[in-house]
Amino acid sequence: MAEDTLTRAELTEAVYEEVGLSRNESAELVETVLGEMSNALIRGESVKISSFGSFTIRNKSERIGRNPKTGVEVPITPRRVVIFKPSHVLKSRINSPQDK
Amino acid sequence: MTKSELILKLSESNPHLYQRDIEILVATIFEEISYALECGNRVELRGFGTFATKKRGARTGRNPRTGDSVPVSEKFVPFFKTGKQLREKLNH
Repeated sequence: MAEDTLTRAELTEAVYEEVGLSRNESAELVETVLGEMSNALIRGESVKISSFGSFTIRNKSERIGRNPKTGVEVPITPRRVVIFKPSHVLKSRINSPQDK
Repeated sequence: MTKSELILKLSESNPHLYQRDIEILVATIFEEISYALECGNRVELRGFGTFATKKRGARTGRNPRTGDSVPVSEKFVPFFKTGKQLREKLNH
């Protein structure tokens, strides 16, 4: 199984083929989709895509970390992180036997 | 925000497009990502994040109700890592 990476370019190409808009507009729309999802997360909303998965925001409070190289303790500031929970559909697709 | 709300938002900001086309657009994006993961490939969307699969080795699990040992075979789980730009925007 060859290890390949899917990027914006391949998404744009797929949209171009499936929807039939120009490559330029396809690229812009891919960007808009990612932008709208990012903005929702930044607003603190979760993003739920059925049969794919959901992205939620979790608030992490401050904790003490350690520089693994020097052992020096450093405070890790409170932060918001994105948690992705894959849907059952996606999980089972990834584990279904198939010819790759 | 759900998938249908995302579609609605895109139709509002793109009144020249058919809603049908926007539905296909959104479906295509998530189908492509799912398919790439299914094939064991990575998905790298700079600024947003990357999707990859991680291997979970076979292990012996237990039925929590009965305590019986059950073999759990090897499996792959999807994994998302937030991109740098999004991570920074969440915490500025």
